[in-house]
Order: sequence, then structure tokens, then C-alpha cells
Amino acid sequence: MGYNCVVCVKQVPDTKRITGQAMKEDGTVNRAALPAVFNPEDLNALEAALRVRDEHGGKVTVITMGLPAACDVLRDSLFRGADAVALITDRRAAASDTLATSYILACAVKKLQPDLVFCGRQAIDGDTAQVGPQLAEKIGFTLVTYLEDLKLEGRSAVARRNVGNGYEMVRARLPALFTVVESANHPRPHALKRAMKCKKSCAPVEIAKAVDTATPKATPEAKAEETKRRCAELAAKGLLLTQWNLDDLQADLSWCGGAGSPTKVHRIQSIVLAGGAYKEFPPTENGVNRLLGELIEDHTIG
Amino acid sequence: MIEVNRQGEVWIYAEQEAGKLSDVPMELLSKGRELADQLHVPLAAVLLGKNVSDLAGQLVLHGADKVYLAEDPALAHYQTASYTKVICDLITYRKPQICLFGATPMGRDLAPTIASCMRCGLTADCTDLEIGEHTEPSTKEHLTNLLLQIRPAFGGNIIATIVNPHRWPQMATVREGVMRMSTPTPGRSGVTVRCPVNLAGMTLPVEVLESHRRPKKVNLKGARIIVAGGAGVGSRENFRQIWDLANILGGAVGGSRAAVDLGYVDHDHQIGQTGTTVRPALYIACGLSGAVQHRAGMQESAKILAINNDKDAPIFGIAHYGIVGDLNEVVPRMIKAIRSGASIEKAAAATKA
Repeated sequence: MGYNCVVCVKQVPDTKRITGQAMKEDGTVNRAALPAVFNPEDLNALEAALRVRDEHGGKVTVITMGLPAACDVLRDSLFRGADAVALITDRRAAASDTLATSYILACAVKKLQPDLVFCGRQAIDGDTAQVGPQLAEKIGFTLVTYLEDLKLEGRSAVARRNVGNGYEMVRARLPALFTVVESANHPRPHALKRAMKCKKSCAPVEIAKAVDTATPKATPEAKAEETKRRCAELAAKGLLLTQWNLDDLQADLSWCGGAGSPTKVHRIQSIVLAGGAYKEFPPTENGVNRLLGELIEDHTIG
Repeated sequence: MIEVNRQGEVWIYAEQEAGKLSDVPMELLSKGRELADQLHVPLAAVLLGKNVSDLAGQLVLHGADKVYLAEDPALAHYQTASYTKVICDLITYRKPQICLFGATPMGRDLAPTIASCMRCGLTADCTDLEIGEHTEPSTKEHLTNLLLQIRPAFGGNIIATIVNPHRWPQMATVREGVMRMSTPTPGRSGVTVRCPVNLAGMTLPVEVLESHRRPKKVNLKGARIIVAGGAGVGSRENFRQIWDLANILGGAVGGSRAAVDLGYVDHDHQIGQTGTTVRPALYIACGLSGAVQHRAGMQESAKILAINNDKDAPIFGIAHYGIVGDLNEVVPRMIKAIRSGASIEKAAAATKA
């Protein structure tokens, strides 16, 4: 039968590996120093979509909204088996909160007209888990959060949801959007053949940057000409990644970026942990006994 | 969105499952009460379900001035579409200024959907909420009496304060245990407002086939003493001594997210920003570095004892007592000492002499 699937993925700084080097002296985060990774639960979302295609046929398209560097996660998706990808990139999308982001993604999803959309439950930088549900609301798809297992039967899906203190089995009417949790599956690795085939794929914006770096002194016209030439060459080999800006998506700019974001940052404070004054005890038997003695005396321990 | 309504009420979502209110609404009511009092507006609870009107009384006792009650057979079981429609209709009609939800699995499904429908701002997992002022950097517009939504961000390495100046209602979700539970005031009175449920023409897109929920195995919030292990414990087998120490002290066992992810202890024991927030009389942190997301879940403990062989571990920054040493030596010593009370008395006497 075949289902047309779209997977929304995000490239995120690896917030789980924030070490001393990643924090600057004033306590702010040095994003440039952080490696960028494929948001972990988005890999589970991609895997869920690929399993649907493996079982039922159809197509898996992976989209991401981000800076040109986000092409890395698109290539990664191709290596794991995605059929097509698209980069949404536009300076005017900067400073988008979850509402503006879900609006922009909705514009892209509407272009692709899928039966199913898969998102990771949440991204490790924002940690809000809001984009999935908000995207579902905007495209009018049935929302099924915390997906662990999925079976499709025609225009309905039977899903197991992890609801925290247990699980639920639901039947959901298609089209549907699923937010996928880590416990759902083990993301498949890169397939060597696909990696070999797709590793040279690039988006126009990456090519433009490469041309600029290679011939910095060339005129803008010459650079544009060369970029166009290289893009055509890649396109002929099926290696040109689709790239859309907000105009390609017919997005209403008042809904994008900072202008389209109801939430604003009032203040950021870095966590600077001042050394506390704690009462230290040596790890010896005597030290332990004295500590316990104190805790018993003030009735902390009965 | 609704227009900014300075007379708008403060609302909390009264999450219920199978006719029982969870702890979260009571926690939201205590913070909601503070906010409502500062803004001089009523505090209301929003309750949806089938045959749940008896829960309204509990909500009033815990601080709600009003309970907006929407009952209908179609609302018997939570699903996104129906609950969103009913609550959005209510928001559109009543124009509250603040809406608070628990950051529970249900809350994190419902609140973003409502925010998208209402086109308003939502901040997730707030660890604090205050009423304050804000100046828009670009226009220099100065706004007062806004909800300041405070939360850790960027993997917990920064604290962000978020505001929603113009696209109301101001919405926020709060994790369980973060706000203190409100205490009921006997005889407190309030009003139940029955709300129309207009789901005409809506075929519900989701059917709940089976529901398997189990009660939590451990009561961390109620524990007076908690012994918690972190990644430093090293293995599930080694976590045994954390259990032993907890048992001998009559306490509960906790774990950091890292320890849970590594399989040393079950998720029910997780303490921290994405686990449970606790305030025991004594919190013993063993082999636990004290990452900010963990500290967020236990830093208000009355007494904190940290046992870690890294003297620079952040946990020492909030500890009252500390032992820099190997937990595999210290924890057995503590267990042995407690078992033979005599050695503790001798040491205590020696210190006094």
C-alpha cells in the first residue's frame, strides 16, 4: 500500500557533553566549541519511519530547519536509508520559538503532503517537547505522543504509547503525527552502500560557501555562475539536496522568527556554582562515626 | 490568541485520571494562589472528565476560588482533540491571563496543542514563576505584572527567564514536585461553574483500546530520608549498598538520571528536573556529581550529605556535610556503624571530651 512519511529532525549542540571547555569563563556556553549532533530521539523517529516503509512501502523524506551545517544530519539520514531530504534555511527564521518553528515546519509538511509525520519527542537543547504537538495542531493531523510501537492498518494506526507510569494502546485515525521516544527502537546504522553513494551530496548553500572559500577574490557574478554550475552537476547525479527558504514555503513572515514568537527571553543567567561551606569529615571509620553521631544528636537520623 | 486582559484570572489545569486528581493540581494551586493574590484576580481550576464533579470540592479546599467544570461522556478518557477544543473554547470566552499545567505526560501533550491553537506563548518545565516587569529590547516598551517563567535550559547549564508580553494567555508547564503542595483550608468556599461542552460534529480521532497504568513503586516525595546513587556507583550490583544504607536508615532510594539511564536503578527512583523533586530532612548523595538538573530536584533538602571521591564535584557546592572518599569504603562503614550503635556513641563522646 505504501505510506508517504515525513520525519522532522534537528541538529543540536551536544548538551550532554558540556565540559569545562564548552563553558566560557563568564559562565556562558561556547556553542562553537560544542560538537553538533543528531538529536537523539529524532534518530528513533527516523527509525520508526523507515520501519513503516520497510513493511508497507512508500517514501521517507527527512526535513530539518536550521543553519547550513544542519546538512550533516540530512546526509546522516540518507546514509541510514531516507529516500529524500530537504533543508529549510533562512536568516529570517532565526530566533523562532516553538510556535514559529512549528509554523515553518507546517508550511514544509503541507508541501510534501504525507500520510504520517514522525518527530522525536524532544530536542536536547530546548527540552520543551512542544514542536511535535504544535506541528500536529497546525497541519490538522491526529497527535500520538510518546510512541513506542506502531502497527498500521489502512487508514488507521494502532500505537503503544509510553505514558510515564505505564502504557496505553490507542487506535488513531490517519493522517497522524507521532512523537517518538528513545525506548521505541534502536536506530539502524549507516548502510555502507548508501553512505558511499550519498556522501558527496550537498545543498546549494554549502556549494556557495565552498565556491566562496575556493575563490574569495572572484566577483559575485563569477561565484554565482560557478555555484550554479556545480549545483547542476550534482543535480544530474541526484546528489543535490533540496533547499527551501521561507519564500519557497510561502510562509507568512509575521509568523516566523522573532516576530512570530510569542515567548521572549527576559534574561539568561549562567549557573555558576560558588563553593559551598560544608562540614567535612574524613572517610575513615572515626570520621563516619562522628558524622553519624552529629546526625543522630540533632535527630536527623532516628 | 486572546487580547491582553489585565482582569484575567489565573487558571490551573486539574489533571485527573480515572476520577482521581494527581498531586500536580494541588502543587499548581499553591503557586497559582500566590500569583493570583499578587495580581488581585481570582484563581480557578479547570476540570474535565465524566462524573468528576466531586473533585471540585478538593480543588476549592486547596485554594481555588472557582472550578470550571466540563463534564461529558466524550471526555471520560483524555485525548488531545476533545480536551483541546473544550479548553480553547473556555479560554476564548473567559480570557484568563495565566494558564498553568503540570509538565506530566498528559500536560506535555495538551498544553502545546492548546498554545498552538490559541497562538500564544508556552514555556515548558518551569522551576519557578514570579510576577515581574519586562522591557522589550527593540521597542523599549515597559510592561508590568507579567508572568516571569523561569527554567533551566541548554542541558541545564543556564537558567532562562522567559516572558510572553503580548500573545496571551501566558502559559507554562511545571514538573511534579517543583512547587510545594498546598495545604487544604477546611471550610474554604468557592464556586463551581458548569461549562458547556461543544464537540458537535467532531469524530474523535483517537480510541483508547487498553490502559495499563501501575501505581508508583516508591514514594520519594514523602520520604524523610533519601539515599541516592549516581553514575559513580558503577553498576546495578554495586547499587545494592545504596539500598542497604537506605533500608537501615528507614529511608527511600533515589538515583540520578545518569544512574537510571545506566540501568543501576529503576526510573521510579529518579530524582531531578526530569524525575521527582524532593525535600527530605536528609539527602545522602553517593557517587553523584550533582549536575544542575539533579540539584534542581533535591537542593531544598534540609540536610545534604555528599560522598564522592572528586572534591570538585558540584554536589559539594550545596552540601551541608561532605566526605571526600570512595563510596565503596564509606557506605559500608556507615552501615556497620549504624548497626553497632556503640561505635557512634564512643566517637560522639570522644568529640565532646
